[in-house]
Amino acid sequence: MSNAEFIVKGARWRGESVDVLVAQGRILELRPSGNYMDPGAQKIPAGGALLLPALTDCHVHLREPGFEYKEDIVSGLGAAAQGGFANIMCMANTRPVNDEAAVTEMMLEKARRAWKNGPRLFPVAALTRGLAGAELAELAELRRAGCVAASNDGLPVRNSELFRRAVEYAADAGLIVIDHCEDPDMAPGAGVNEGEVSSRLGLKGQPVAAEAMQVARDILLAEYLGLPIHIAHVSCRQAVELLAWAKGRGVPVTAETCPHYLLLTDEAVENYSTAAKVSPPLRTLDDVLAVRQALREGVIDILVTDHAPHAAHEKEVPFAEAPNGISGLDTALALTMRMVDEGILDLDTALRAWCWRPAEIFGLPACTFKRDDPADFVLYDPGAPWELTPERMRSKGKNTPFMGQTLPGRVNALFVGGVRIV
Amino acid sequence: MHWTHKDLLDVCDLSTGDVERIFETADSFMEINRRQVKKVPTLKGKSVVLFFAEPSTRTKTSFDVAAKRLSADTFSLAKSGSSLSKGESLKDTAWTLQAMNPDAIVLRDSRSGAARFIAERLDCSVLNAGDGWHAHPTQALLDAFTLRRAWGGEFAGRTVTILGDIAHSRVARSNVNLLTRLGATVRVCGPRTLLPPRLDTWPVTVCHDLGSGLDGADAVMCLRLQLERQQDGLLPSLREYAQTWGLSRRALRKAKAGAKVLHPGPINRGVEIASDLADDPDSLILDQVASGVAVRMALLFLFLTRKD
Repeated sequence: MSNAEFIVKGARWRGESVDVLVAQGRILELRPSGNYMDPGAQKIPAGGALLLPALTDCHVHLREPGFEYKEDIVSGLGAAAQGGFANIMCMANTRPVNDEAAVTEMMLEKARRAWKNGPRLFPVAALTRGLAGAELAELAELRRAGCVAASNDGLPVRNSELFRRAVEYAADAGLIVIDHCEDPDMAPGAGVNEGEVSSRLGLKGQPVAAEAMQVARDILLAEYLGLPIHIAHVSCRQAVELLAWAKGRGVPVTAETCPHYLLLTDEAVENYSTAAKVSPPLRTLDDVLAVRQALREGVIDILVTDHAPHAAHEKEVPFAEAPNGISGLDTALALTMRMVDEGILDLDTALRAWCWRPAEIFGLPACTFKRDDPADFVLYDPGAPWELTPERMRSKGKNTPFMGQTLPGRVNALFVGGVRIV
Repeated sequence: MHWTHKDLLDVCDLSTGDVERIFETADSFMEINRRQVKKVPTLKGKSVVLFFAEPSTRTKTSFDVAAKRLSADTFSLAKSGSSLSKGESLKDTAWTLQAMNPDAIVLRDSRSGAARFIAERLDCSVLNAGDGWHAHPTQALLDAFTLRRAWGGEFAGRTVTILGDIAHSRVARSNVNLLTRLGATVRVCGPRTLLPPRLDTWPVTVCHDLGSGLDGADAVMCLRLQLERQQDGLLPSLREYAQTWGLSRRALRKAKAGAKVLHPGPINRGVEIASDLADDPDSLILDQVASGVAVRMALLFLFLTRKD
C-alpha cells in the first residue's frame, strides 16, 4: 500500500519504464513499472513518454507591468507551462521597474490569481533604483516581498564601486546578484557580433571583449569579496575561459547560457534578420563550440531562455532599430531535446542545467524524483515533431529565429506540485 | 536577353555579365548626354520616387536628371517632409508609397539593410542609393565605369587603393566587391580606427600607412571623412588626419605616374584630399559625376523595362 493519490504509469526514465507515485503534491516513489496494487490511486497512462523533471528558467522577461502588449504575466506563464517550466524568474526591467516591494507583490498576486498551481513565479529585484546604476534599490525589502535575486539586467552597473557595494548588500539581504556582462561603452545593444558578418553587412558590432572584460571584473570582485555573482547569458569563448579559470581557483561565480548561443552563429543575422538580434549578440562557430563544451563540463552551470518577447511591429524595422531578444519559453525544451538527439548535449547535462543546478544556485524547488521532492515533472513525447508557427506559441512574442522549423517533440503533460497544469 | 532583376540592393546581386550590360547601356547614354537635346522618350509614363531619408545632393540630382532625360516622372521625398519625421515606421511609409503605384523607388537611408527591408515588402523596383555603411551599388558602378573608360576597359593588372574611412563607408564596401570581381587588385588604407573588423575576410590588401598604400597604385579612391569621427573618438584631429592620411601631390608620387584620383564627393578640401589635386587633370572627380548620370540612366532603363 503506497497511499498514492495518483500514479503516472509507464513513463520512460533513464531508459527504464517507470511509475511515478504522487501524494500531497510530492513524490512518493519512482519505481519500475508494474502491476502493483494501489487502491484508490488514479492511474495516468504515460504511454512511454519521456519522464523529465520540470524545468526552471532563471532569466525571463514577462513585460508586466508596463509592456503588456508584448507579454503579460498570464501569457508568459502560459508559455512557460507549455514549455515544461515549473519555475521562472522574471527580470526587473518593467515599467515601473521592479525596484519596490509593491511591484513585486503585484507580480506575485497576478501570477497566483492567473495560475493558481504554477508555474511558480520568482521575481528578480532591480539592483539599483530604476535600473539607473546610481543608487541601490531597497534589496532587503524586495527580498521580503518575494524576490530571489537582484540584477540590473540589460543595463549593467558601470560604476565598479557601486557594483561592489551592491554585491555586498545583496548578500546580506539574501539575494544573489545576476550580472548582464557588457561593457556599457562598447557598442551596447549592437545586436550583432563584431566580426566578419558585421563588417560585411555594414553594421556596428559588439566585440567579444565587451562581454569578457565585464566577466573578468565580476570574477575579480567575487573572489575579493568571497561572495557569489551569477553571470548572465554567456556567449563567447573568452568569457568561458575566464570562468574556467575562476572556478579552478574556487571563485564563487556561476553562469548561464541560452539555447540560441548553443545553436546559432552570427550568420543567423544575414539579410538583417531582426529575429536573431539578441544581447549579447550571436557569436562565431568557435564561440558556439566553446559554450557547448563549457556547459558539458559544468563551467557554465545552467540554461536559461532569456525569454524576450516583442510585438511583431517592433521587430519589423531596419536592423539597427529593432529591439534585442528572442521569445524562448515555448521552444526551450524542444530545442534542448534536439541538441540531445544530435549529441551536442547528453540528457543528464541538459537536466542538470535546466532543473537541478538552477535550484541549487537560487534556492528554488526541484524534483529529482526522490521521496518528498515536489512533484514537478514533465511527460515529453519525443515522437511528436511539430512545426513552430506563430499560432502554436503561447507567448505573445512570436519573435524567434526558429520560426518555421520542425522541432522534435512536445510536452504532453506538466505537473507542478502534483497538479497537472498542461 | 531580358533584364530580370527586380531590385538593385548591392553589386554582389549582379553577375559580371549584368555589369557589362549596364556598362554597355551606359555607354550609349553617354552619347545622349552630349547631345544638344538631351531628352529621349524611352521611359515616358513611368514614375520614379526619389526617397532620400538622408541628405544628398549628387546622388539624388543624378538620379533625377537620369530619369528626366529618359522622360520618366520623378517625385522627391525627403525624411523631413515625410511621415518618417513624425515617427512613422519605414514599413508604413513604404506601403504608403506602394499604394501610389510607382514603377521604382530610389532609396537613400542611413540604416544598413533599409533598402533590402523595403524591397522585400514592395512590388516595384527598389534601387539602393546608399544604405547606412552597407552598400552604394550605383556609386560603385559609376566608379568602375569611370575607370573603365579611363583605362580603355581593362581592369586586370590594375591596382586601386581605397583611402580613408573604410569602416563607415558603403562606397568602399561596394567598390571592393565590384572592382575585385572585374579583375582589379584592391588595397584599403587608413588608420586602424577607421578600418572595419575582419578585413582578412575581404578580398583586399590592408595597408596601415599611406606610403605602402599608394605604392605603385593605378588609381586612388579617396573617401569622404565624416567630420564627426573626431567626436566619436576615432581621430585626434582633422589636422592630424590631413597630414597623415590626406592625399597630397607629394604623397601621390608613390603611385604610378598618371595614377587616377577619384572621390565620391562631397569633398572636404584639404582634409582627405589636397585642393589642387582634386582639380588636377588626372582627377576623375567630375568624370564620375558625368558617368553617374549615364550609369543611372542605364539602370533606370534596365529596371523599368524589365520582364519578370
